[in-house]
Amino acid sequence: MDDTPIFQCNGVGKAFFGVKALDNVDIELRRGRVLGLIGENGAGKSTLMNVIGGFFPQDSGEMFLDGKPYRPEGTLAATKAGIGFIHQELNLFPNLAIAENMFIDDFPKRGPLIDRREMARRTTGVLKALGMDFPPWLKVERLMPGERQMVEIARVLASDARIIIFDEPTTSLTAKETEKLFVLIGQLKEEGRAIVYISHILGDVEKLCDDLVILRDGGITAAGRCGEFCVERMVASMIGRDIGSIYPPKTNKPGGEVALSVKNLSQSGIVSNISLDLKKGEILGIFGLMGSGRTELMRMIFGVDDYESGAVTVDRVPIRRSNPRDAIDKGMAFVTENRRDEGFLQSYPIVDNIGLVYMRDFIHPLTRLVDRKRVAGESVRIAGELKIKYASVDRQAVKSLSGGNQQKVALGKWLVKRPKALILDEPTRGIDVGAKYEVYNIINDLAAGGSGVMVVSSELGELMGIADRIVAMNRGEIIQVFARGEFDEEAIMRAAFRIHEDGMRIGSAS
Amino acid sequence: MSAQIEYKTEAGWRRWLRRILASEFFVLYLTIAYVLCLSPWIPYFWSMGNLTDILSNTWPLLVIAVGQTFVLIIGGIDLSQTSVLAFASIVGAALICTSLEPYIFSKCVMWGWIVAEDGGILAHSTAGFVLAIAIMLGCGMFVGLLNGISVAAFRMPAFMVTLVTMMMFSAVALYLAGSENIMHLPDEFVLLGDSYDLVSVPMFIAIGVTILAHILLRRSLFGMQVYAVGVNPMASRISGVPVRRVIILAFVISGLCAAIGSILYTARFEMGRPTLGATMLMDVVGANVIGGVSLSGGKGKILWAVFGVLFFVILANTLNFLNLSFYTIDLVKGVVIFGAATLDVVRGRIAQAS
Repeated sequence: MDDTPIFQCNGVGKAFFGVKALDNVDIELRRGRVLGLIGENGAGKSTLMNVIGGFFPQDSGEMFLDGKPYRPEGTLAATKAGIGFIHQELNLFPNLAIAENMFIDDFPKRGPLIDRREMARRTTGVLKALGMDFPPWLKVERLMPGERQMVEIARVLASDARIIIFDEPTTSLTAKETEKLFVLIGQLKEEGRAIVYISHILGDVEKLCDDLVILRDGGITAAGRCGEFCVERMVASMIGRDIGSIYPPKTNKPGGEVALSVKNLSQSGIVSNISLDLKKGEILGIFGLMGSGRTELMRMIFGVDDYESGAVTVDRVPIRRSNPRDAIDKGMAFVTENRRDEGFLQSYPIVDNIGLVYMRDFIHPLTRLVDRKRVAGESVRIAGELKIKYASVDRQAVKSLSGGNQQKVALGKWLVKRPKALILDEPTRGIDVGAKYEVYNIINDLAAGGSGVMVVSSELGELMGIADRIVAMNRGEIIQVFARGEFDEEAIMRAAFRIHEDGMRIGSAS
Repeated sequence: MSAQIEYKTEAGWRRWLRRILASEFFVLYLTIAYVLCLSPWIPYFWSMGNLTDILSNTWPLLVIAVGQTFVLIIGGIDLSQTSVLAFASIVGAALICTSLEPYIFSKCVMWGWIVAEDGGILAHSTAGFVLAIAIMLGCGMFVGLLNGISVAAFRMPAFMVTLVTMMMFSAVALYLAGSENIMHLPDEFVLLGDSYDLVSVPMFIAIGVTILAHILLRRSLFGMQVYAVGVNPMASRISGVPVRRVIILAFVISGLCAAIGSILYTARFEMGRPTLGATMLMDVVGANVIGGVSLSGGKGKILWAVFGVLFFVILANTLNFLNLSFYTIDLVKGVVIFGAATLDVVRGRIAQAS
């Protein structure tokens, strides 16, 4: 096997709206080797792979394939060049057959018509090579998630890819399916293909990969032979950020009384037996990776989604299941992760958004009509308190505000009355540093005023900066709770990754 | 910034045009312009007889369209309003008619228990008359409730649900009446459709319903919730809006308004008609859309529906004067609606740009 790289990136950079997502990244892929690519959410892994896969071009730097310059015009060009992409979210059409999915971007033809016999023949061939014996015309919706993943891999193989990128391939797989996948990756390696493997599961990376590249904030923080890295070193290279002036001084004092209590909450396949207490005046951080069940848990607590068993109380008053109105009436508030779709009414002004939750309290007792003047007054008050920058509270659509101000509106509608327990899911995602600081300030002030605040974040640094305690979650379970005095990035990260002190991964998928 | 500078250097008439296009009174201006352009050709337009005719066509349609507005704002559509017109008309007329011809109705399903030779079972008493009106309103609310529950609780598409209920209740009306008109309605009922030149009973009812609907939509908690659900049901649910109840209520209001419309028409025509409203679907939805109520929900005002209805009624009225055949009328109507829809898109762009 020759040792010249089949693929090279030299100094690749990419920025979105002035924010650097990739900064001067170099990687090399060689035949018959697996390159592990790891980093926190938002570190630039997906951006890099999207540049390679032809989703969008890089701003600077060059790429070479077989020593020749490589600049894909689009995803199809990348596929034609021999680059196969296996996505994190399955990219199949469930309503179509396996064979149709395999050739969706390049149907074999006989004259002007699609050659269905050729499709079936080639599909059967590839499926057999993967050890699957599904009929080619089986609809994908009839397959299990793991089987769908295999179809996705089959699709890449059918296009005869020489470079195969796996982006978090095991998130939807069972342990057995994962094992099968690793055997398959071994085979692909033997055949001389180059492989990129992206994963949060560091134990897998350690086991599977030959080389390693670690990204943070769009740049490479460490690279080398995989054997040179232990899991601890991987984690240390992934995180590491200055905590200090980014966060306001903490002034809240957690009290003894419980603001929000969750007892034995379970929903099969999502969270199991979750119990936690949020104290009055406390800021409780919830840390977990994507798919850890953190967002789902919050949605269940607030009553957006249903759960099978368990109980939620606010200030010792039980909350009805699957009923947001009841949760609100009993003093709970919830800022969702997806503020664009769930946080506010985009095309409506600030008044209608801030008034939405507690509109009842603005009804005139005699006429039963909404007192819009009072709503407007209240909106101006809250907008001022949260330092929302707006042109007009009752004319300007919220969608025309900046991301940070939008988030403050999504938060502000819960502050007409002081909430007893406030849940914030990724409150600073996608907003600039200045707005982040203001959001931290608001959180701190609310807690200082006696509210219990629960903050979900995938940025550990942020939670360490503002929280009194941090709960680490993994696959629907609470792994460990850390008090502020014992905050340790690596320990929390290890808990979220489910890694024991000896570096082994525990509790694999069941 | 550059857009603003351009804006200021614009010629005066262009700025003026832009302001008119962006105004929410645009459809009203359009209607006035249309009338002014056409009145030299149709001198009869301004006659008392014709104005009375226009208004008497306006009132029932207005009530029905106002009900439709609620459903459109939550992002739905209610096709079944036309069937409520017929269904409530037949049920009400059967209950209160003062006599029936046995040779026409003796084979109809209601014969012998609800209707007989001396009329319906609720005829000949004031209490019965009031009850019959309540039952007519109940018919509309029942159909609305059925629609609302199907859409809100079973998450079925409003278009499909109301298409089915439209077919069903139109058929029920025909079945109940044996495809015949029910005549001989009592005087106190016919009074509900009475008019003295421009002033009429339907006018008071229609204006009352419209004002009530306007207040309900713009000033009440329910109204705020209707808009919120129309824009974003998920965000509304998380903010504690009882989304299902709001959807169901919107459909019930739509059915109720259709039933009121049915009462007005039945009184004016002095008979229960099993085919009442069969051709009105386009008028009701069209009036709303021309007025500017969005089919995708979240955008609309009762006032806009009023303008839309006025435009529609005047358009139909004037086209009748031009001695056109019925298909030419429909053709012209179609072209006008298309033009209005195109203008609406242009207006949307202008509103966004400014």
